[in-house]
Amino acid sequence: MLSQHLAVLQVVVPLICAPLCALLPLAKPGNKLGNNLAWLLATLVSLTTFIIALLLTKEVSLHGVISYQLGGWAPPWGIEYRIDHLSVYVLLIVSAIASITMLAARKSVEQEIAHEKISLFYSAFLLCLTGLLGIVATGDAFNIFVFLEISSLSSYALIALGNNRKALTASYQYLIMGTIGATFILIGVGLLYMLTGTLNIVDLQARVPELLSSRTLHAAFAFFTVGISLKLALLPLHLWLPNAYAYAPSMITVFLSATATKVSLYVLFRFFFGLFSNEITFEEFQLDKILLPLSILAILIASSVAIFQDNIKRMLAYSSVAQIGYMTLGISLATKSGSIAGMLHLFNHALIKGGLFLAMACIVLRTGSVQLKNFAGLGKRMPWTMAAILLLGLGLIGVPSTAGFISKWYLLIAALEQNNWLAAAVIVGGSLLAIIYIWKIVEYAYLKSPTRQSDKYFNERIEAPLQMLIPLWLLVAANFYFGLKTSFSYGFAETAINNLFL
Amino acid sequence: MTELLQHFELAIVIPLLGSLLVLLFHNYPQLREATSIFVAVILFIFTAQFIGSENQDISHTLFTITPGLSLAFHIEPLGLMFALLASSLWIITTVYSIGYMRGNKENNQTRFYLFFALSIAATMGIAFAANLATLFIFYEALTLCTFPLVTHKQNADAQSGGRTYLGILLGTSIVFFLTAIVITWLQAGSLNFIPGGILQGNIEKTGAIILFTLFMFGIGKAALMPFHRWLPAAMVAPTPVSALLHAVAVVKAGVFSVLKVTVYIFGIDFVTTQNASTWILWIAVATMLISSVIALSKDNFKARLAYSTISQLSYIVIGAALASPLAALGGALHIVTHAFGKITLFFCAGAVYTATKFTQISQFDGLGRHMPFTFSAYLVATISIIGLPPFVGSWSKWFLVEGSINTENYLVLIAFGVSTLLNCAYLLPIALRAFFKAPGNEINDWAPGIKEAPLACVVPLCITALATLVMFFFIQPIYEFLAPVFIK
Repeated sequence: MLSQHLAVLQVVVPLICAPLCALLPLAKPGNKLGNNLAWLLATLVSLTTFIIALLLTKEVSLHGVISYQLGGWAPPWGIEYRIDHLSVYVLLIVSAIASITMLAARKSVEQEIAHEKISLFYSAFLLCLTGLLGIVATGDAFNIFVFLEISSLSSYALIALGNNRKALTASYQYLIMGTIGATFILIGVGLLYMLTGTLNIVDLQARVPELLSSRTLHAAFAFFTVGISLKLALLPLHLWLPNAYAYAPSMITVFLSATATKVSLYVLFRFFFGLFSNEITFEEFQLDKILLPLSILAILIASSVAIFQDNIKRMLAYSSVAQIGYMTLGISLATKSGSIAGMLHLFNHALIKGGLFLAMACIVLRTGSVQLKNFAGLGKRMPWTMAAILLLGLGLIGVPSTAGFISKWYLLIAALEQNNWLAAAVIVGGSLLAIIYIWKIVEYAYLKSPTRQSDKYFNERIEAPLQMLIPLWLLVAANFYFGLKTSFSYGFAETAINNLFL
Repeated sequence: MTELLQHFELAIVIPLLGSLLVLLFHNYPQLREATSIFVAVILFIFTAQFIGSENQDISHTLFTITPGLSLAFHIEPLGLMFALLASSLWIITTVYSIGYMRGNKENNQTRFYLFFALSIAATMGIAFAANLATLFIFYEALTLCTFPLVTHKQNADAQSGGRTYLGILLGTSIVFFLTAIVITWLQAGSLNFIPGGILQGNIEKTGAIILFTLFMFGIGKAALMPFHRWLPAAMVAPTPVSALLHAVAVVKAGVFSVLKVTVYIFGIDFVTTQNASTWILWIAVATMLISSVIALSKDNFKARLAYSTISQLSYIVIGAALASPLAALGGALHIVTHAFGKITLFFCAGAVYTATKFTQISQFDGLGRHMPFTFSAYLVATISIIGLPPFVGSWSKWFLVEGSINTENYLVLIAFGVSTLLNCAYLLPIALRAFFKAPGNEINDWAPGIKEAPLACVVPLCITALATLVMFFFIQPIYEFLAPVFIK
């Protein structure tokens, strides 16, 4: 009975629980029990969404696409939720990362967020989760915009909660850039609606090919490209990302870094290969011609900038911009194998970067800052956290047997299949740059001794609590699991792209 | 039980278990070191029981990660030889390490033995890898496992040495080696090591040249110029590490991979017909000569030995690049013969350091009278490396020279001659200085008499020096063991 409604429950459950979090009877300002209850609710909701995503995955792999009609209105008139391989792949990542984040969040949030705002924090988090899941679940172009705004508005609020005052400007910057991006997408949707009179993506796909000569369609495509690129933080539209990630509360960085840009990439896949088709996107509009140079620049420039950062959260943020470049590089090869590799990297990078930022949260909790000089001697003081950083860092570099290596492997294959030597060189060159910035942390943590000035217990062990270490090491384990067994991560990406491409 | 012993992959598991035990006994140094030796002996016995089954074509696939990437192991003569070499010298090095680490009162000894065992595990993985993907996984693992050993001292020198070490080894492997592997996979549709190669007919001439070059530079552990700087940089490590890893396991893993790729991926015939190795041949010759000249200029003992190693590694790459069965066989033999010679030299360097704290060659005047055993062993190993009978080093040089004559590469022949002279010039004076020069200022006021390093240091280096002599007379079995790989 309930199983028919899984598609909508995926979105509705967090949506309903978000206000509950703020309205909990005990959730009065400063009430510790109330705060803990809010945390518990948010955690349970996140886990529920993960279970729903798993059930949907099973359903999709057994019976194919799920189409759910909201309110019983048949598409294309009513809003349709459409869950296919591509959607469950991303739904799984988003809900899994949300669960991991919430499991680890309690202590970090208690420390970083003013006590009277904690229940509101969890409420905003659930709204953000709702938005991200909604974008992926819906099959309606306008609905995508709606959820995009829900997730964006809540993330502006969440970022602004960061306890550094720069969080406010970071959030403002993101607000401006994000709103421009969303508006562009909205204009794109509007133009398409004007042309076709429909908002359903499947329906749109059937109507678009006839309109290829229309200038309006070209304009719509252009608006989409810019809007999505902004949301995706594709260089040179990435300027909002480093500050937002660096100054947001630690747990929000974990969540957003592993989900927000990934969902934007999903929108790219959905619009350019689902709404338009790969033939139109590559042959008519030649998206690859602009995406390829931008991706290459993203990898090279962002990785190089990352090397010179002393704030490690900022360093990892720049690294994220570079890694997004890898994903779009895969897409810009204009082949199936390229897009599969991009998709796969979306998955693997979410695990790796989520884990790295979670480790940063541990370090903030214990030492109060993620400045590079603070890492001196951490190898001895926080052995488990640092070991996790090292292992996840190897994943980022792409050392074999990690998930990151699998992405690089498929990206390289995709590039060399096309004899695109430049792309291949950039893929491996980017790894070199990653070695440099990851090893900067490793050297500080393992080869430098802690300085007495940094804090008075400079030599004591200050390992993070198990509550955070266990989720962290779950991600480390996943990094190796998906590096050694690719039947799910690659298999699903392959089916998703095969279904999507003509 | 006997069934279990057939699983030669256990050669990787044994040192892994050993490392766990080392960790477990970290509070009991005696027990910890005893375990290390015990595990080393077990590993040697275990690998030795596979002698005789190297040509039976045994292979196991553990699991497939994704098409093209599968974890698979096999036994073939070259790999078994490498495994035997590394595991036998591991026993001797462990004994030596005990003397050295205690004699110098080094810190963090548990970490040292732990990563030593892990490095050996990775080496075993390389030795038994049945395809390029498996080889690559363990190749990278070896780089990472040796990093904590290189940076053991954790000071500024160790940090900068470690940077060069990791940067060059990881960098070349990701940029060139991985690219070469992906190209091989796309062209041949397989990464398996097959006698005769898998590329024949799958790649055209220029492609073969580019691919071979990518492989040779990608395998940075073979230390071809200009990617050789990591080896001198690695000398900041404690001497047992330099001895086993940077004269045997790590660098030999490099040239071993070079031979594997030449023989089992390209096939010697294919390399010859496509002239795929011409460029690499000259780069290796240049490396051999230039690094010898640099060695001449080094006053630091270990640095001189490091450049000597770079030059000797190029002998093996030349053996592969000459693309004649005999030369390649000479290269394979050189892996063994050079290992025994060079490990002795490093043991001597460590023994001198433990006994006197001397690191510069100019300090050695007259030291031979105080350390007669060390410097006698040094002299023996030197002569073996130069390639004079009755020491084992002469055999591998013999085959290499014969290979260069067979392929009519007379320039290479001349280069071998020049290199031998250079060997004499940079290795012999050290022994002469120690034995015949008047004592220098620093040891002038020492009382006459023997002042050797601890017994645990001196005995191993005498054993390896003796081995170079003994093996000279027993080269036939090694030759017959390796010959099937190269000569049909």
